[in-house]
Amino acid sequence: MIQWGYTINQPRAVNLDRNDLTAARRIIRQMPELQACIACGSCTATCTAGNLTQFNFRKVHTLVRRGEYEGAYEEMNKCMLCGKCRLVCPRGINTRGVVMLIKRELGEY
Amino acid sequence: MSMKRNSWKEYQKEIAEDHYYYARSCIRQNFFPGSEAAFLRILQENLSKDIFDDPRHTSCTGIGYHSDIVPLETIMTVVARQFSLMNAAGYENFASSCITSFGIYTEILETWNEFPETEERTRENLWKATKREFVKPKNLAHTSDIIFHFREEIARQAKYRLVNARTGEPLKGVEHIGCHYAKIFPKSGVGGAEFPYVLAGMIESWGGEVVDYPERRHCCGFGFRNYLVQANRGYSVANSQKKFESMAPYKPDFIVCNCPGCTMFLDKWQYTIAEMEGTTYGQDGIGIPVLTYEELAGLVLGYDPWDLGMQMHQVNVEPLLDKMGVRYDPEAKYLGKNGKFIGAPREAAVNCFSGERLYRIQR
Amino acid sequence: MSKKVIIVGGGVAGMQAALSLKGQGIDSVIVEKSDRLGGKLCDWHKLFPTFTPASEVLGPLKEAVERAGVEVRTGAEAERIAPDSVLLKSGERLSADAVVVCSGFDLFDARIKEEYGYGIYDNVYTTADIERMMNEGAVALPGGHAPRRIAFLHCVGSRDEKVGQRHCSRVCCITGVKQAMEMKTLFPQCEVYNFYMDIRMFGPGYEELYRQAQEEYNIHFVRGRISEASPTFDGRLQIKAEDTLVGRPLKMSVDMLVLIIGMRAGESNGRFAQCPGVGCASNGFLAPADLFSGSVLSPVEGVFYAGTVTAPKNVGESMSEGAYAALRVAEYLGARS
Repeated sequence: MIQWGYTINQPRAVNLDRNDLTAARRIIRQMPELQACIACGSCTATCTAGNLTQFNFRKVHTLVRRGEYEGAYEEMNKCMLCGKCRLVCPRGINTRGVVMLIKRELGEY
Repeated sequence: MSMKRNSWKEYQKEIAEDHYYYARSCIRQNFFPGSEAAFLRILQENLSKDIFDDPRHTSCTGIGYHSDIVPLETIMTVVARQFSLMNAAGYENFASSCITSFGIYTEILETWNEFPETEERTRENLWKATKREFVKPKNLAHTSDIIFHFREEIARQAKYRLVNARTGEPLKGVEHIGCHYAKIFPKSGVGGAEFPYVLAGMIESWGGEVVDYPERRHCCGFGFRNYLVQANRGYSVANSQKKFESMAPYKPDFIVCNCPGCTMFLDKWQYTIAEMEGTTYGQDGIGIPVLTYEELAGLVLGYDPWDLGMQMHQVNVEPLLDKMGVRYDPEAKYLGKNGKFIGAPREAAVNCFSGERLYRIQR
Repeated sequence: MSKKVIIVGGGVAGMQAALSLKGQGIDSVIVEKSDRLGGKLCDWHKLFPTFTPASEVLGPLKEAVERAGVEVRTGAEAERIAPDSVLLKSGERLSADAVVVCSGFDLFDARIKEEYGYGIYDNVYTTADIERMMNEGAVALPGGHAPRRIAFLHCVGSRDEKVGQRHCSRVCCITGVKQAMEMKTLFPQCEVYNFYMDIRMFGPGYEELYRQAQEEYNIHFVRGRISEASPTFDGRLQIKAEDTLVGRPLKMSVDMLVLIIGMRAGESNGRFAQCPGVGCASNGFLAPADLFSGSVLSPVEGVFYAGTVTAPKNVGESMSEGAYAALRVAEYLGARS
């Protein structure tokens, strides 16, 4: 047996040819305004959880829209549903609703 | 059908016609031991050119430079010494066998051009160290440029063509260009950085067909400090693997490279991947033969594959030789120049057919 | 005794300038290098942000020019300009009391961005190609089938130092949004992705259209510039970008890649700038006397500008400048008579 001393790295790219976008499409269909996010970051700036943990609401929902579901449910569990993000969102996205929607749709991931 | 290329003719570089000063690569003589000898033979015997193989020149220290152990001033001085040796030998056209070196020479000449004070400092350093002076080369070419330049003459002298001898179909070749050939200065390479033509031109002139595949422009993963550290090699292999996966559906008959590191990696990583993961990417469940452009030219000119050093490849080249209809003696594969047995490698997964290992196109 | 003004270029700015001059009793000659009036707008299908057919703007304008009896010389390309004359390529010199340069812009040649393979791969298009195909009534892939996935790439030939185009071409962002929506309308099953560096929605109704594209048309906006396009085994294209908002590389294959090409300075600007006093800005567009009250004045008395000869502009802005230039020409001529 050869001792290689390393293993082959896996590709890191978000691969939209391989990712299953079914759940992402379902989420967008239920909340089309989520597509209007312009990534201003004010949700994360004001986020109670994001200031004390690695939680980044904007990043998680963007990844979900690209079909990267792994860990999204656990991440969304960090949200306290305080609602501050919804107050600051300049695009009027129902951010709390997004949290609940992602948790509902991606529980099995 | 050949690929549409609009731009290669716009990226034409000047390549000297004759009288070259030859600067060898550090690693090619180990991994592809017949290639540099073949280059000299092709130039001298087939093309009747004057080329000087100078035993006094050294490594350009590029590997050391790219691994952060040789400082910039040092490598500039080493390069200046090579030029000085070239001047002393009475030559003005510098031909570099290595892409790393070629990149180093190109970049240093450009640096001297942009920042003349660095050239002055280099002159001082060279004088202090060796009492030498130097004149910059009139022409700088990579040796693949020179083979490209004479590709039609080689085609005229061809004994074999890159054509399936049985079916008459052109063989499919993947060309892989070393990053430092034209990605630093697109104008320094034939065809530029995006659609380089230096190897593609050889394949087309010699009867083959070039494969354009999604990861054509991706780096092989050599990267010096990356693969030098064993623990980092997984990242290096992954780059080559990405290319193999991308080219496999096109069923290439061979890969040809112009960079020492790429040729080595694309050949040896196929062995590694086959041993580690059981995957091979060539036809019939075996690896894809990887050649240097001198080996390819040598085969076309009818050189003996074992004289070309092709027994040292990790991926067996016989499937390609058979397709081209090259006559060779299988028994002589592991006999040295003196006729003595030089030892043979153990069987490797990359050279054994197994239906299970056949690479499947992933969607 | 009637004064004569020469208008170089018969696009929307030039036509509007001629009309406004006529309104003030000043005759003008439009010198147009192509064989028709209308400029680039002739090749455009619909206009942002209202999807108004370009012909609805162009048609009435051309009719008005005809009705007004403006002298139009097509197939006449200006070689040199001066405050008192215009030299044509043919060698003919037309004398004038004032000259209005409305020679417009050139479309960026997408082949220069080699990495996207325009002209090499059959399924790479430019926004100009899409307009042409829509005018011809058929947007389809080379094989004739409908695309399942389209990527638009913003800023091709804009804000890109590598191709000597440092400026923002302004109108391409909204063009990309408009065309993305048009494609989605033509092919409702198709997924449309817009790759952008910044989205600049400067005009009235633009931002609203952008939002509509996102929310109602489900167009995916990915912040990241495509680095290269390459062919796939099944004849599609693989593109690579970074989804910068999640910080990871992204790749996908598409049936069509549309390059949203920018505006570059007209190639005639260099020749016109040989007129003493006239000069180009660093981006190659002709530099007006100042950017505020003198936006249609050149630094030379008697030479005026209107439209995209001085900077990227939309149709409405170009026409307004045509009218404004006419006003300043009238003042200039009035002061001299």
